[in-house]
Amino acid sequence: MTWKHKHLLGLQDLSRQDIELILETAKSFKEVSSRDIKKVPALRGKTVVTLFFEASTRTRISFELAAKRLSADTLNIASNVSSTSKGETLLDTARNIEAMNVDAMVVRHSLSGSVFILAEGLKCSIVNAGDGCREHPTQALLDMFTLQEKFGRIEGLKIGIIGDILHSRVARSNIWGLTKLGARVTVCGPSTLMPRGIEQMGVEVCYDLKKVLKDSDAVIALRLQKERQQDKFLPSMREYSRLFGINQAKLNEASSHLIVMHPGPTNRGVELSADVADGKQSVILEQVTNGVAVRMAVLYLVLGTKTE
Amino acid sequence: MGLLIKNAIIVNADKQESKPQDILCHNGKISNIASNLPPEDHTIIDAAGKKVLPGLIDIHTHLRQPGREDKETIETGSRAAVKGGFTSIMCMPNTNPVIDNAMVVEFIIREAVRVGLCNVYPIGAITKGQQDGELTDMAELKAAGCLAFSDDGKSVINSRLFRLAMEYAKMLDVLLIEHCQDPLLTAGGVMNEGVVSTRIGLKGDPGIAETVIVARDIETAHYLNARVHLAHMSLKRSCELLRFAKSQGIKVTAEACPHHFTLTDEACAGFDTATKVSPPLRSKEDVAAIKQAIADGTIDCIVTDHAPHTKEDKEVGFDGAPFGMIGLETSLGLVMTELVHAGIIDLSKMVDKMSSTPARIVGLANKGAIRTGFDADITIIDPDREWVVTKEGFVSKGKNSPFIGRNLKGRVEYTICSGKVVYQA
Repeated sequence: MTWKHKHLLGLQDLSRQDIELILETAKSFKEVSSRDIKKVPALRGKTVVTLFFEASTRTRISFELAAKRLSADTLNIASNVSSTSKGETLLDTARNIEAMNVDAMVVRHSLSGSVFILAEGLKCSIVNAGDGCREHPTQALLDMFTLQEKFGRIEGLKIGIIGDILHSRVARSNIWGLTKLGARVTVCGPSTLMPRGIEQMGVEVCYDLKKVLKDSDAVIALRLQKERQQDKFLPSMREYSRLFGINQAKLNEASSHLIVMHPGPTNRGVELSADVADGKQSVILEQVTNGVAVRMAVLYLVLGTKTE
Repeated sequence: MGLLIKNAIIVNADKQESKPQDILCHNGKISNIASNLPPEDHTIIDAAGKKVLPGLIDIHTHLRQPGREDKETIETGSRAAVKGGFTSIMCMPNTNPVIDNAMVVEFIIREAVRVGLCNVYPIGAITKGQQDGELTDMAELKAAGCLAFSDDGKSVINSRLFRLAMEYAKMLDVLLIEHCQDPLLTAGGVMNEGVVSTRIGLKGDPGIAETVIVARDIETAHYLNARVHLAHMSLKRSCELLRFAKSQGIKVTAEACPHHFTLTDEACAGFDTATKVSPPLRSKEDVAAIKQAIADGTIDCIVTDHAPHTKEDKEVGFDGAPFGMIGLETSLGLVMTELVHAGIIDLSKMVDKMSSTPARIVGLANKGAIRTGFDADITIIDPDREWVVTKEGFVSKGKNSPFIGRNLKGRVEYTICSGKVVYQA
């Protein structure tokens, strides 16, 4: 199995074998991060730019560390330029950066599909760090890596994704990836935040959190944006938390081997209670650790093919 | 001297002639139709092997002038129209300034006459500035040349104001054209709400945003015994509501655009902003229903909703790009390919949908048929000529077409307006 993709735009475009190759490659890179000297020369002389049009701390740092541990040179650009503001377009900005001979661009942007504009208009590799509500592939990959570590497999696992499915790129990437690897995915959240036709992506829909907790091997709780209440999708955060927030009492009714995941940052008391977020079933910090390894694998594979 | 079209197989809405005839055009009118008319000193067009139709009429187009001459002008839009076989077009009022006063109407008509390619009829706004606040001076606008009124681009959301507009339009005997879309339901949606929008994470515009206004307008027309014309129907459910309304004798007419019976929302999956249009491209079932509704008469006419935009305006990503696609130059080819050659309607029915009924709906008494005494607006097509849509081929300033690269069967050969050849392939 060899890697053939110049970009990583989403898990929709990847085969099961592609995903397994990333997860396999990440395993050896995880070992690198645990060494005393956390660096390998794999991408020496390469330049990786993170170009973030949306605020992010952990994803950007994770990518930056991943690139550094592969010996690539890194540069971080945070931009407030919104799609609608006049003047320089997204493509113009990216072309100017590329003109300084960049090998890969890690991009986050609020528009779904914006990474396609860049992949078509630029010569360097594009790694999607989140485009609108569409995909956040490395988050789903690190979730899958964590699941594989915990359970030794993904095939046949029952995974619940809880929360605002409508606006979640994490949910979409996980649905693509997990279903390709043979997991059974159930999405659970308020009906107003459940996108039309979601069943046709190969998932089940359930509005009963307790049932999902009882039936799952792992649940991924999604971050609930405060704006959703202003947009009237929800009566109140309190009501959301009552129906879809995971607390210890609800967890006690589920199986003890259930693990709780979250892409971060968590709204404590909304989607997860503090005792659950910090509890023994939570693997949130392990996800963060694995994120670096998975992103090392992605950068290594994407930049590796380009030099061939 | 006039223009003599020899060997013409005439296709009118009521029938296609079996034997070729000659058509003589003189002083802008069709002066004689007979076999073997003497050539005298006339300009001759040999139409052997072609079909000769009454000039196509598009009652829904955007010419962008005044205001956005970088997108289109009356001149470039007219050129696109005649290339597409249209001899009369009606332009929507969402210009800058809006067509809500006689001066803008007069400007457009004067400019169209100067260009001298096709007839251009401005559509007046229903409300001043299209602001949903006060009615325009419709009588004055009618006197200046408006045959119809619309706040196209959006609905008249204030239902009371819409009722008053309908009553007023009834008194003046002008057509009211409604763009059916409840903005509160659309809520920023950029494509059809459905499994494709769910998959690719774009904000969905639900079908009910269209149908609730369709239902409201039908009820208002029923209550007032007034007529209304519903623009660019895109949904199966809208067709069902229309069918019900027509069965009740309610005076509602409706139109559909080629993109709504040839493309589905799957076309948006590649984020090509040329596929971003309002109302959005819908599902496979909707496409099938629109075709059916055209065939059974539920949809009365076919329009382009030609909406040119610059490359710069369209290349800002799907969410930010303006709605609309060009259509004047691809309409005939798409209708021929997807409806006529596909056996859904015949040529006469096509003439009905693209010329005769539009003329009747807006009250163009001497257009929409090839008949002695009628205006000499004629479109000659080669029904079997195959061609490929290319970006370079468009004469419109807008190149925002999702049909680039598509093979079409059926091409405009000559467009004749007021007895003058204004386009030749």
